Order: sequence, then C-alpha cells, then structure tokens
Amino acid sequence: MSLYQAQKFLYHLNRDEEMQQTFLTNKAAVLSRYDLSTEEYEALHSGDIGLLYVLGVNGQILMHYAAFLNVEWFDYLQLMRDGVDNHGPVRAGIYAMTAGGEQFAETPVTSRDPN
Amino acid sequence: MSLVYAGILSHAPGITGRANLATNTLVRDAFYNCLEDQRNEIEASGAEVLVVVAAEHFANFFMDNMPAYCIGIGEKHYGPVEDAEWLKIPKTSIPGAPDLALRLAKKVMERVDIAYSEEWKCDHGIMVPLNFLTPNFDMPVVPCNINCQGPPLTPLTRVWRFGEALRQACDEQAEKIAIVGTGGISHWPATPDSGKINEAWDREFLEQLMNQDKQKLLSYSDEDVYDQAGQGGFEIRTLVAAAAAAGGKGDLQFYSAELPIFAVGCTVARFEISS
Ligand SMILES: [Fe+2]
Repeated sequence: MSLYQAQKFLYHLNRDEEMQQTFLTNKAAVLSRYDLSTEEYEALHSGDIGLLYVLGVNGQILMHYAAFLNVEWFDYLQLMRDGVDNHGPVRAGIYAMTAGGEQFAETPVTSRDPN
Repeated sequence: MSLVYAGILSHAPGITGRANLATNTLVRDAFYNCLEDQRNEIEASGAEVLVVVAAEHFANFFMDNMPAYCIGIGEKHYGPVEDAEWLKIPKTSIPGAPDLALRLAKKVMERVDIAYSEEWKCDHGIMVPLNFLTPNFDMPVVPCNINCQGPPLTPLTRVWRFGEALRQACDEQAEKIAIVGTGGISHWPATPDSGKINEAWDREFLEQLMNQDKQKLLSYSDEDVYDQAGQGGFEIRTLVAAAAAAGGKGDLQFYSAELPIFAVGCTVARFEISS
C-alpha cells in the first residue's frame, strides 16, 4: 500500500491550480508521477471518495479533493459512509488507530436543514 | 512583562464556511459575539502583535518533512490555502512581524527544538481565528505550528515546555504581545463522524485547562484522546501550549456543543497572565 503517495498527490493537487487544470484534462499524466497501487490509482482517477477514505486518506486532505470535484458537504460525509459499507473499515492511516471504524451514523438533526 | 493577553479559540472551517447551514442561529451568534469580545479584549490589552499557536492541516507541512514545532518569521503570510469560496474568507496577505518573530524563535530554541519558516501559508486553522480577531487582516501575526496531524506527535510534556519557552521569549521583548492557542477539543473533522462532539470529555478537559491542572493535562495519551476525542482531539496541544504560556487561571467565556455543523465544540476563553 502506498498511502503516502496517494496523500501526497492530493496534497499537491489541493494547493496547485495549474496541476488542477492539467488533472482535469489529463488525469493519467498527473497520476503517473506518483507511485500508486492499482486500487489507489483507480480511486483517484474516478474520484471514489468512499474508497479513498477506506484506503486511509486523511479527511483534511480528502475533503478538499471532494470540494474540487464539486461534492457538497453532506454528500461528502455520505460517500465516506458508503465507502465503509462497501469496502469495510478504514485500512490504514490515522483513522485506523483503533479497529472497527466506529461511525457516528446520525447526522445531527440541526445540521440537516440547510436554512 | 510583554505578554499582555493569552486565550484560546476554535478554528474549524465550518465556523465561517458553513455559517449559513447552522440552524441554531442563537447559539451561533452568541459564539460570534464572544469572538468579537475576544477581539476587543486583545485590542484593549494594547497588543501590537498576535502570536497564533495553531495546528495546521497540511498547509505548509506534509509527511515528507514534518516539524513538530515551527515559527513563521516571514514578512508576510498568505491565506487561505483552501478555496476562498469554500471557507468564505477571501485570499489575502497578512503582515508578519519578522524582527520580533526571529527574536522569539531564537529564544524558544534555547529550550525546544523548533523549525522556522519565512514562507507561511495559512489554512483555516489560522484564517478562521484571524477572520474574527483581526477582521481586516492588518494586525502583525507570528504563526506557530504544532504538528497535530501526522503522528508521531510531540508529547504533551514537550508542548508544555514549548508554551513556557514562548512565554519566556515574549517576556524579554519590548513589544506588547497577545497569544492565542487555536485547536479543537473532541472532534472528528472531515470524517463520517463530523459533527460528533464528546461534550463531557470537552468539559472535563476545559476545567483542567482553566485550572492550570498541569498534571492532568499532561497525562492524556494519544490513544485515549483518539478513543474519546477523535483525531481532532490531538489539537489539544495548541490549547495546552497557550495555558502554559499564560501561567494563570483561565476563564471559559463560551463553550457549546450545539453547533454540530461547525464540527467542533465551539470555545472561547482567556487566561490570566501569571507574574
Ligand atoms: Fe483543526
């Protein structure tokens, strides 16, 4: 697993507008600069937020990638939950410090209403 | 004595970026009012420079070269690194205090190994506090960072020493200096658990912090913090450093777990400056 490389790609992408433009037109060219596993490559190529969360990408990096992909906040949270449902608990990184990946399933009522 | 103000405040990006999604507008506005009080107190203290002890989120530092502590000694800082529309804070430059920052850095180095940077980019961890404490972004700022994101993390005993060293360094300067520590207490930011807050844990920690209960504050292990307070809880380092710098008892001016859209227990407090 090359979580470090996947996170490094997102760290660079988040802060480099030129790289963002290049990535939008030629994802393969940008991703090829990083030593990624096939799973990471495909998750980054397709913008699979749920899988990237399960692979261990730190949310402080991942949430900006989601925003870059025009994913709204509550959709971002749901995609991560779906990721755990589909792929199991977080496998590496900071959120794998304890086993199980316990979730706070309930989005607080006060935050559902966009008004 | 040149430390004229010490306090703490929250910095979560939702505080500005998702302000319009907060349904509990009464509590939200009470929080904003308290932040304005904090700004007024800093102004009334006569502070000329604001030292922000922050916990950045991969703005300047990544796991290729991660300093435990860093002080920004540049002439200007830039932020936010995030999308301005996402954070609802426009991109701007912030004046540094290069001469003072260098003196502080040199003095702190006598007790704690720190890195320094002349090229500092501010993420929400600094921009959100500045948005309230110096809304025109015109007060000179010395940013300090404690790595709270990428373990291994500096131990709390070391954090305390950093806070004390910062205080000692401030006391040797002619300028009037304000210090704020900005971090979350329990929170699970940017994860599926975003919005979860362990209020009981927060209140216990804050009581210890306000009481300068050094022994208890330094006894938290990262494993326990992660278990009870989430990865966001690692940011207590910034709050502990501020308490150590102040040396005096704290006064909790605001705490609320009722703004889950901000994904943190919203906090404002001041400390007495020990003599
Ligand atoms: Fe933070």
